[in-house]
Amino acid sequence: MGDRDLRFTKTHEWISVEGDVATIGITDYAQKELGDIVFVELPEEGATFSAGDVLTTVESVKSVSEIYSPVSGETVEVNGELDGSPGLVNTDAHGGGWIVRIKMSDASELAGLMSPEQYEEHTKG
Amino acid sequence: MSHGSGTARRTALYDAHVAAGAKLVDFAGWAMPIQYAGIVQEHRRVRETVGLFDVSHMGEFMVEGTGALESLERITTNRVSDLDIGRVQYSALCYEHGGFIDDLLVYRLDEGYMLVVNAANKDKDLEWVLGHVGGGTEVRDVSEETALIAIQGPCSQPVLSRVTDGDLEAIGYYHSASADVAGRPVLVSRTGYTGEDGFEIYCGLDQARPIWDALMEAGAEDDVEPVGLGCRDTLRLEMGYALYGNDIDDTRTPVEAGLLWITKLKKGDFIGRDAIQAAKDGGARERLIGFELEGRGVARHGHTITGGGRAVGTVTSGTFSPSLERAVGLGYVSVDWTGDIAVDVRGRTIQARRVGLPFYKKGSVRRGA
Repeated sequence: MGDRDLRFTKTHEWISVEGDVATIGITDYAQKELGDIVFVELPEEGATFSAGDVLTTVESVKSVSEIYSPVSGETVEVNGELDGSPGLVNTDAHGGGWIVRIKMSDASELAGLMSPEQYEEHTKG
Repeated sequence: MSHGSGTARRTALYDAHVAAGAKLVDFAGWAMPIQYAGIVQEHRRVRETVGLFDVSHMGEFMVEGTGALESLERITTNRVSDLDIGRVQYSALCYEHGGFIDDLLVYRLDEGYMLVVNAANKDKDLEWVLGHVGGGTEVRDVSEETALIAIQGPCSQPVLSRVTDGDLEAIGYYHSASADVAGRPVLVSRTGYTGEDGFEIYCGLDQARPIWDALMEAGAEDDVEPVGLGCRDTLRLEMGYALYGNDIDDTRTPVEAGLLWITKLKKGDFIGRDAIQAAKDGGARERLIGFELEGRGVARHGHTITGGGRAVGTVTSGTFSPSLERAVGLGYVSVDWTGDIAVDVRGRTIQARRVGLPFYKKGSVRRGA
């Protein structure tokens, strides 16, 4: 999965869409800013979210950060590997460090997200 | 984050930090490196080998003259007359009501005393010291002309010994001596804030960079790297060392903070003595404790400590301990509550266990040396 297929939020989540299921994580930029991640609080499968809701929190050594859902929908899978290996978010933020998969209820929300180029511009600001 | 340091002052080592890829943050008005490679990696480096801190933001005051001893005895809590030349002492400045103005180090030097204070408190401290010293006491703020490098970790002495003619073995824990480091005359003390063996090097601004570079070169075989204030905080917290503004402030007395050992109530009158005595005699309603979390999560400054279904205290410092690989913290808990405790982490109640300090007991620091 290359970064070309990802969309990004201003709040530093990435999202990758296959059919009506969106995989969501935090960006490489965000993991660098957070530093060493020690806990990822995973949402429960079946939990529903609206776009912009707090999806979960990520604790690094120095701080805690809220992760927002880029889209509305229902959680269909969480990355259980993060329970034992939260550092995956640091080492592979856009791959093995994914956090949840959400079955989207409104695919039109994707239109408001940023392209890789737009996100790169955003993080320079 | 990295953008916030535009108007902050720069230490003499600023360019070295930028070249080393540091993430700089505004800390008490200074652009300071919070981390280089990452807090956990830097933390482990200090525990296992050796790291270099720039702590030039700290404040230094020289206190000299025939009245210096009497003045310091009156404004600091520890017994200054205990200090032979070359001794260093952990102490505090307190208000009349017993609350902390700051915690500090007092150095007894050949020519008088040096106070080393927290950067964020420097202006407040200086005003207090100037306003409360007696006659025959000259106070000079030398912070602007002093850089401070801390070399910390079990390999500190071998590394420093390669660039100094000083007899480091002769400098005991909490002692200082004049020495040449990288050919420059400096003050070296066996002190630190990490729980590891190590030294702090006070030098002129022009000397800081050559000394820093010499230590980096001399330490290459021991894997020396610069380390930031992020790991300084996790290292000190694993040792249970208080941080002003987090664990102690003007609302807390040495009794509550567990710092009676730096408070000599029998040394004669000093500012805050009566209030501290009263707190010791039963007035203190809370005590600082150490705890570790038993569930998943990290307690942070300001979280509520609960017991028996109600609030019994407040977290003052909390982090994930890289050495112990669990969440630890300090907090004030009511003396009336001796039962089980938990921490309210953003609405989730996580069980906690009281533990004795330090959390980390295997440090290389030479206690009592």
